[in-house]
Amino acid sequence: MTMLTERPKGTETEQGDPQNLADSSSEAVAEQVPFRPRVLVSRDRKELMLSLSAGLTGSAVMCLVFDWAHPLTYAIWALLIFLTASYLLARDSQSPVVAADRLVTTLVWTSGGIAVSALAWMLVYVAVQGFKGLRLEFLTSDLSKVGPLDDGGGALHAIIGTLEQMLIASVISIPIAILTAVYLHEIKGRLSGIVRFVIDAMSGLPSIVAGLFIYTIWVLRGNGPSGLAAGLALAILMIPTVTRMAEEMLKTIDDGLRESALALGAPQWRSVLQVVLPTARSGLITASILGVARAVGETAPVLLTAFGSSSVNLNPFVGPQSDLPLFIYQLLRQPNENQIARAWTGALVLVLLVLVLFVLARVIGERGARVRGGSR
Amino acid sequence: MTTMFPPSTASEPDGNGGAESGITAVLSEAVPTVEASASTSSRLDATDVTCWFGKRKVLERCTLSMEPGQVTALIGPSGCGKSTFLRALNRMHELVPSAAIAGEIALDGVDIYSEAMSPTEVRSRIGMVFQKPNPFPAMSIADNVLSGLSLSGISNPDPDALVEQCLRRAGLWAEVADRLNEGGMSLSGGQQQRLCIARALAVHPDVLLMDEPCSALDPISTRVIERTIRELCEEITIVIVTHNMQQAQRVSDNCAFFLVESLREPGRIVEAGPTEQIFSNPSDPRTYDYVTGQFG
Repeated sequence: MTMLTERPKGTETEQGDPQNLADSSSEAVAEQVPFRPRVLVSRDRKELMLSLSAGLTGSAVMCLVFDWAHPLTYAIWALLIFLTASYLLARDSQSPVVAADRLVTTLVWTSGGIAVSALAWMLVYVAVQGFKGLRLEFLTSDLSKVGPLDDGGGALHAIIGTLEQMLIASVISIPIAILTAVYLHEIKGRLSGIVRFVIDAMSGLPSIVAGLFIYTIWVLRGNGPSGLAAGLALAILMIPTVTRMAEEMLKTIDDGLRESALALGAPQWRSVLQVVLPTARSGLITASILGVARAVGETAPVLLTAFGSSSVNLNPFVGPQSDLPLFIYQLLRQPNENQIARAWTGALVLVLLVLVLFVLARVIGERGARVRGGSR
Repeated sequence: MTTMFPPSTASEPDGNGGAESGITAVLSEAVPTVEASASTSSRLDATDVTCWFGKRKVLERCTLSMEPGQVTALIGPSGCGKSTFLRALNRMHELVPSAAIAGEIALDGVDIYSEAMSPTEVRSRIGMVFQKPNPFPAMSIADNVLSGLSLSGISNPDPDALVEQCLRRAGLWAEVADRLNEGGMSLSGGQQQRLCIARALAVHPDVLLMDEPCSALDPISTRVIERTIRELCEEITIVIVTHNMQQAQRVSDNCAFFLVESLREPGRIVEAGPTEQIFSNPSDPRTYDYVTGQFG
């Protein structure tokens, strides 16, 4: 408050003085009244504080009286009392319409808040649990020579597995998915209805079924477990996600661009390749990121196709491999404290890895955009 | 908005005079493909053009000659089929899935809907500028100008010169000469539209179709584009759809008035002729009512 009133006044007089000398006296009078942003006071704020305190105290009283101990009970009652109080206050002081508006506003805010805080809580929890074991050794060694009760060891084998399997899955699925999206939205071929239906059905496919499928047609037929098999299973999961997202992104491209390209005498494939896809570039990167996000946390298909391992296997084409979700899953089931701690650290590394991948994809996308549209 | 039309004089001699363009017409018929780079103006004759969207007939038996080296304006109230007619002229009409067309449209005597011409060839010889300026966002200004060539797989030995030439002809060079590598979307609406004109010119079309090119622009940009049109028509046959009757009077040599008589009727050409005559002494009373602003 004081900041707001003081600062503009100061600047006003500094600027005003030289003008005062030159300008007429009427301006000088206006100059004396400091011109500053008005502080808008609304009833809403007062009533918000009032109903908030009503909710917090009312719920506290109820918890004491009825002897409820769980914090969630407290939060739910506080929210209910808060909503009721703010609705009633607004209805009395203003009108039912204002009250309804405020009620909905509060509900929207609350929903957003719950979603964000659940995520934040989870991330913080993983970070706190996992941070204890996060040492350089964790990133540079595997578990092959670590006994059940030993300290040390790490997740290098799982990190390598995750990276290799995601690379294989992306290389297979992203081109297929984007071409499918082009078929669905640019070519609008005769089969697009069927293709769209199949893609929708695939997006509901349980991941373990994809794993089983690759297990029976690939792993059991003499190929054995490998990172490649896991990549294939993950690709099956990524294709529908990336396709649908890529199609949505293509829908956002103005039809005028396609028409202009065709009106210049371009065949359709060149229009798609040179105009539509470059324009949709950042959207397609987003679609690919979502596909990676869909697959990177999968445990079941990897368990069935790569089997898991406790030592580094650099070759994704031969022999069992682990990945981070599988690493977490297998260690969490151990009875020992140190194994469980390793699993949490693995979870933290997985979250960080995903973060790094996403930032990298964004940066690459942005840089491409800047090279094309940037100034010299 | 100053001094930006020099290079048009270079190829000016080709465009003038009916006899000459008649000869070029015969020549281009004999050698049908990509000799278009000479930018000789061509004539476009529509005969009994009828268009449908699904079962709805939107245009009936429209016959119109678009003379070489002249500007033909298509005027009429909204929904009378002007734009449909224009889109039929370079086979953009058929891009709508349910669209159908009858009649004949001849570019220098060759029916553009016949087997002799592919849609892509038609469209590279008959360029189009749309109502909404739409430079390609993923390309720089220079790349936008050259996009027509790269999109049809033609390589150009001297792209820089072509960019400059086209931008000059579109009246945009002075404003963008120092930022050719910036994105096309960084320009104002009027500049974007002139960029689109430059883009259309780069493939050396014989005919340029313009679908209300100024309707999204301010008066100053409009004036620049109108001046550009007058400059261009010395080399290129231009067909322009416009809602603005003053604009039709300012830029066009010939005029065709489209009208839908009543609801569910298809649009027809009521009257076509020299612009002066259409606006000062129309033969049809409906034309008179329209051009004097009594309806529409």
